[in-house]
Amino acid sequence: MKRNTFSARAALTAAGMSAALALASCGGGDNGNGNGGDADGSDLSITFIPKNLGNPYFDTSNSGGEDAVNEFDASFSEVGPQEDTPDGQVQYINTAAQQGEDAIVISGSDPSAPCDALNEAREVGVAVVTFDSDTNSDCRDVFVNQADAQGIAQTQVDLVAEQIGGEGQIAILSASANATNQNHWIELMEEELEANHPDIELVEIAYGDDDDQRSFDQTAALLQTHSDLDAIVSPTTVGIAAAARYISDSAYAGEVLVTGLGTPNQMREYVEDGTVEAFALWNPEDLGYLAAWAAHALATGEIDGEEGDTFEAGRLGEYTVGADGEILLGDPFVFDAENIDEFDF
Amino acid sequence: MSAPVTSTEALAKPSQMSTAQRFVKEILASREMAIVLVILAVIAAATSLNQNFLLSSQGWRDLLLTPSILMVLAIGSAIVIVTRNVDLSVGSTLAITAYMTGRLFIDFPGIPIPVVILIGIAVGAGLGLVNGVLVAFGKVPALVVTLGTMYIYRGVVLTWAGSDRINASDMPREFLRLGTMQIGTIPLLTITAVLVLLGAAYWLNSTRSGREMYAIGSNPEAATLYGLPTTKRIIVAFVIGGALAGLAGVMYAARYGTVSAGAGMTWELNAIGAAVIGGVAIFGGSGTVWGAALGAVLLMTINRTLPIMGVPDFWQRAVVGALIIGAIVLDRYLAARQTRKLQEARDET
Repeated sequence: MKRNTFSARAALTAAGMSAALALASCGGGDNGNGNGGDADGSDLSITFIPKNLGNPYFDTSNSGGEDAVNEFDASFSEVGPQEDTPDGQVQYINTAAQQGEDAIVISGSDPSAPCDALNEAREVGVAVVTFDSDTNSDCRDVFVNQADAQGIAQTQVDLVAEQIGGEGQIAILSASANATNQNHWIELMEEELEANHPDIELVEIAYGDDDDQRSFDQTAALLQTHSDLDAIVSPTTVGIAAAARYISDSAYAGEVLVTGLGTPNQMREYVEDGTVEAFALWNPEDLGYLAAWAAHALATGEIDGEEGDTFEAGRLGEYTVGADGEILLGDPFVFDAENIDEFDF
Repeated sequence: MSAPVTSTEALAKPSQMSTAQRFVKEILASREMAIVLVILAVIAAATSLNQNFLLSSQGWRDLLLTPSILMVLAIGSAIVIVTRNVDLSVGSTLAITAYMTGRLFIDFPGIPIPVVILIGIAVGAGLGLVNGVLVAFGKVPALVVTLGTMYIYRGVVLTWAGSDRINASDMPREFLRLGTMQIGTIPLLTITAVLVLLGAAYWLNSTRSGREMYAIGSNPEAATLYGLPTTKRIIVAFVIGGALAGLAGVMYAARYGTVSAGAGMTWELNAIGAAVIGGVAIFGGSGTVWGAALGAVLLMTINRTLPIMGVPDFWQRAVVGALIIGAIVLDRYLAARQTRKLQEARDET
């Protein structure tokens, strides 16, 4: 049945932290791994190591990876620990290195715990791609980053602007008042609203503390205080579900729309009943797909993981490696009634 | 009370009023009445600022629906606190049963809803039994035992759920409707909470075993010497507290439609806070479940009011803290006045 083993907030925090780590590190040790590889990729073997097996989020991303691997006709394997523990991935990294895999695509359970094993693997010529959660930047070749703050803010403003027809009153229901990521996004959203949507008024920013009841209370207060409210934007998975649940069976159903960041399993109910038209998050399938193509590019020697390197990523087109070996997937993916049934995470 | 007084030993004169008069007077002068007045004042203030708070159908519904889950938890907490114990694990128990509710619907498609509710209550009672046995037989302070089980139960649900979450679409529509449906204009969850309240109030107030809970909380040594079954009663208190937390967990799943491993975090403190605000003495022996339930209503209503009044986030918590301290100060003052009055009555005779 449908489950959801993925906390967007945790992943976003991890992404934010890894970005900070990447900025702080001196970016050393990041040179090509010197494996000549096969130009066409047909003899390549690529191992995916998720944080843990049986996790629908990684099932989705790894199936994207497998699609890519099939496209460039290499061999795909997926191994990993049953549970997400800091050093649980080490033995799988070692095994992959010993088996002479050409590339490891890994979502790091910990920024530093798998590092020694990853570096040993790189010494014997294995290309290392991190995705979803980065490790320290000196123990991988490239990091495929799912989203950046600018893209997250931009997408949410675009969504709400489109849903309310470019003018009206909106409110934001955030996590806690001191949540670093959310505050950063809200800042960027305010800038974007000011610059490009003068007719949209942000009437209030409320904080639901990622607690269901508090998010309910704050939603109710927003609705009662601002009688002309058109939409609530919640850049946190707890907040968006609570706001949608509250509105879906209240007198405001159909009057006030909810959008923001959420997962398809979480929001399915409210997309079906119309409380939510569309919401955003990245697409884990594309993330895995891009990570596999990045592994392919490294293993074939197409790129070294240096800033400015470019490579082709199948249906997603051309990508460029950014500072500190980061490759950005792009703007968040928008889920709506049309496509939500294609996803299960 | 109507027995003739033959000596001057009685410290207070028997009442001259009829039973009905006395009943009305007792209610008006009760500790609970003070809470009712504060609740009415809060509602009046909020409604004057925004009439939707009370006068819209949504506002009326929120007023009744929001406190219902905490009411159930607070009633359980009051029963435990009356016996001079405390249960810090109810929030974690709620999380386990709420998550379990979702898992039962996922793992056993088509499972009847009443069965799920009963399993939730039973599991809650089982977790309460563990607390009760450790406290009653281990002679370990309840604060320590339940602090331990609070972490253990939370650990269980964290391990079980991980970063997994139960979503609304995982549970049957009929079950989710229980969390929102109304009979007349009264939400079902509120009716559930009130039924629990009536049952608990009758038991504590009017049955022998209920009165013994107060005796045990007032003076455990005396209760033991008198021959009251203290061990059994304390275990019963924890089992009831756990069972109500289990019921609250099922209600939580129906109400919010989303359950993560963090469900009910710090709710144990809200439940204890509600009981204390409602006049349940933290050292046991006095207070009513009516008070605890009203305390829950006040706490949740204040939480809803402050954002409407535009009180900043930080101060919303500070107000709740001030309320708890205010309630304790009021209790101390009333207790001191009562003692003084009784002393004066003694000195006069």
